[in-house]
Amino acid sequence: MSKIYLVTKPVVSLDQVTIRFAGDSGDGMQLTGDRFTMDTASLGNDLSTLPNYPAEIRAPQGTILGVSSFQLHFADHHVQTPGDAPDVLVAMNPAALKANIKELARGATIIVDKDEFTTRNLSKVGYETNPLEDGSLDSYKVHAVALTSLTVAALSDLALSRKDAERSKNMFALGLLTWMYHRPTESTENFLKAKFAKKPDILAANLLAYKTGWNYGETTEDFSVSYEIAKAQMPAGKYRNISGNTAMAYGLIAASQRSGLKLFLGSYPITPASDILHELSKHKKFGVITFQAEDEIAAIGSALGASYGGALGITTTSGPGVALKSEMIGLGVMLELPLIIIDVQRGGPSTGLPTKTEQSDLLQAMFGRNGESPVAVIAPSHASDCFDIALEAARIATTYRVPVFILSDGYIANGSEPWKIPSVDSLPDLHVEFAKTQEDFMPYLRDPKTLARPWAIPGTKGIEHRIGGLEKADKTGAISYEAANHDLMVRARAAKVAGIEVPDLVVEDPTGDAEVLILGWGSTFGPISSAVETLRENGEKVAQAHIRYLNPFPKNLDAVLKKYPKVMVPEMNLGQLAMLLRSQFLKDVIPCNQVRGLPFTTAELIDSTMAVIHA
Amino acid sequence: MPDVALTKKDFTSDQEVRWCPGCGDYSILSTMQAFLPELGVPRENIVFISGIGCSSRFPYYLETFGMHSIHGRAPTIASGLAISRPDLTVFVITGDGDALSIGGNHLIHSLRRNVELKILLFNNRIYGLTKGQYSPTSEPGKITKSTPLGSLDTPFNPISLAIGAEATFVARSVDSDRKHLTEVLRAATAHKGSAFIEIFQNCPIFNDGAFDVVKDGDTKGAALLQMVHGQAIKSETHGLIHEGASLKVVELSSVSESELVIHDAHNPDPSYAFALSRLSSSELNHVPVGVFRDVERPGYGSMVNNQVSEIIAAQGAGDLNKLLTSGDTWDVQ
Repeated sequence: MSKIYLVTKPVVSLDQVTIRFAGDSGDGMQLTGDRFTMDTASLGNDLSTLPNYPAEIRAPQGTILGVSSFQLHFADHHVQTPGDAPDVLVAMNPAALKANIKELARGATIIVDKDEFTTRNLSKVGYETNPLEDGSLDSYKVHAVALTSLTVAALSDLALSRKDAERSKNMFALGLLTWMYHRPTESTENFLKAKFAKKPDILAANLLAYKTGWNYGETTEDFSVSYEIAKAQMPAGKYRNISGNTAMAYGLIAASQRSGLKLFLGSYPITPASDILHELSKHKKFGVITFQAEDEIAAIGSALGASYGGALGITTTSGPGVALKSEMIGLGVMLELPLIIIDVQRGGPSTGLPTKTEQSDLLQAMFGRNGESPVAVIAPSHASDCFDIALEAARIATTYRVPVFILSDGYIANGSEPWKIPSVDSLPDLHVEFAKTQEDFMPYLRDPKTLARPWAIPGTKGIEHRIGGLEKADKTGAISYEAANHDLMVRARAAKVAGIEVPDLVVEDPTGDAEVLILGWGSTFGPISSAVETLRENGEKVAQAHIRYLNPFPKNLDAVLKKYPKVMVPEMNLGQLAMLLRSQFLKDVIPCNQVRGLPFTTAELIDSTMAVIHA
Repeated sequence: MPDVALTKKDFTSDQEVRWCPGCGDYSILSTMQAFLPELGVPRENIVFISGIGCSSRFPYYLETFGMHSIHGRAPTIASGLAISRPDLTVFVITGDGDALSIGGNHLIHSLRRNVELKILLFNNRIYGLTKGQYSPTSEPGKITKSTPLGSLDTPFNPISLAIGAEATFVARSVDSDRKHLTEVLRAATAHKGSAFIEIFQNCPIFNDGAFDVVKDGDTKGAALLQMVHGQAIKSETHGLIHEGASLKVVELSSVSESELVIHDAHNPDPSYAFALSRLSSSELNHVPVGVFRDVERPGYGSMVNNQVSEIIAAQGAGDLNKLLTSGDTWDVQ
């Protein structure tokens, strides 16, 4: 089928494009965006995506509240972010136009479904006049396409209800954009064939709508040119597109395979972490056990129980779930057992903004427990990095017998990017030794190098012993209320975590004499890198470093902070890393904060950095 | 089986037992230590997991693997362990506050899933470790430190709760009756899925004598309705007859032996066991003891592990390289 897709109109070359698909939450915008992404990835462009959707499954139709969008930035060069302002907005209704127009630069292209611009729909979102007719969009390139009626007309020969026919309009839009940007069509066609294999009518409708959209671009005079974006230069290898949550699930499976430990996930559904549970549940042939528990506490309790039995115990959640798990994390600290806690952060406090991103659980991960309760905390910096961070969490947890927090967030969990697939042999060896049968076994005798206690699992003859949440006597692990022992054990647990080996912080400072360091952590990596790139192109001297290990910090962090007179710390919170840096290093870092539920834009980071440079 | 037959002493740890003198927990511990050798499971394959409360100190005193965890959450930890390690025999030790108040959610969900756990609930109808507040099984009107004018709470009937939670094995025994408790433990450990045992346990400090009526030689004969599968349910003075859809306690002298209900612990209909559970009230006038319900349903852990082994048998074990390179991929030269 794809062979008939031959573009005949003039073609313009671009180096990058940002497209935003926006519509009602029932319009299939996430699927449309996903498909365009897959087709773009396979074409060899570098890319980054940003899904943005309401917490309600189906908010009232046609309202601003119900607008769901998917933004994709793709280019012939390395892409750091999903893009600030879209070059192209596809708006399936007036609400989608109204919700997104303010972020569009003048001159941007707007494609709307003009059938949806009825008096009723316009008034629903507060348009007094039709923006397609009142001149308010004159500074944009507007394509008002009768998406709905064209789709319905194209499908008139199929035995479908009007409602079912209308539902295919997202495929019309996808077909049109696919024509505009010369995306290949095979993968979406194959995807549809697999998805609707058991519903031939719906399959036929989707394929026909997709093709009709493509043909509309090619044949009507409304669209005079199409665009091509050359492949990006990327290191040689096999690639796939991957979201943070999928990469995390794969990383956990890889950690299980490389350690020989059974993977046990205890989880309770919560946005935006549930996709890790869904993904792992598909892979039972790796010996993976997924346990959907009755609540967040049971989820982590079962993971800790499995870990006690010698499995790789993992729990996945988001901020409110972490709050419920706190006491069990404390037990993990006391029992000194491996445990991985994945917090896909979202807007807080309380229920907050379930589908929006934030980095405001750092202090909760660090300190959100009773007593002196140190845990390791690490954070991935982009979607595919979730794969590596999962392996790293497993290394730390099993080597040091300690709970490890992974602080992902909604942005990188749902966002996706091309990933160079690593060879399995290149992955770290995570082999673990359990305590063996022995005389006079001491469950809290520490390894002198790591300070870890033995991982002594049930089923091992001769080392039967009892552990629990009460304070332990050094070495023997017997209950101890003795003052000096408690002091010793509190310090030992702290020293163990402080002594976790982590790589030094890498600082990128091309001129070597920058006065300003931008220091980030987690998912701000893309926007910061993009801003730094532009600043350097404009002749500014800026150093950049990104913290992956938040507890313990890299050993050279103190020296790095001392070297730069001005250290700016962008965070999607009100200054949580800044607080840690100030308290640990007495460095008066410059916080740069926003909590809008969306990643930083490159533009705002450039502005903030310029203000610091010239302060 | 162990190389050499183990004895009670082999299951006794070196820890000094620290319950109050006269606590019912001593006799339960002693009964358990004496029972474990007959289980025929090596010590290293037995794990006791407890929550918080007086009863939850139990694991420290047994020479097996053990974990004294946090309040109410023992069933969660035990579930993760039992599911991932089907080779182990896992006991949960809990109390009325631990299991029915703070941990109520975990108890009912473990039972409905039928996780392979043996859950022993020591019911003393009081909070002992926190020094004497009323518990979810305290009788209405109970005067305690936190209820000086009497408790207003309606208590749980733990047996009714367990049956309502779809438990496949539900039993009741009394701390001081070593022989009866041993029989119940034997039946519970022979059961494949979750086993729930309520054990009446005296707290001599904060609720002394709560169960005297079922323990004293003068009264227990009349109060305890003995449930033995295949036999008539009766105490020394009373028996049980069908009355409509329900059950009724009557004086033995008023009916003939053939009218008495013959106990069927394997009755698939839970309403029978539920009706039995309703015979006992807070006043303990007529208290059924023994196994209320013992029916077969696949254990949760075995089903979880079967799903894994079946998919591996059908499709082969997972290949990491294949997984990573699955879906739409492309090559960059």
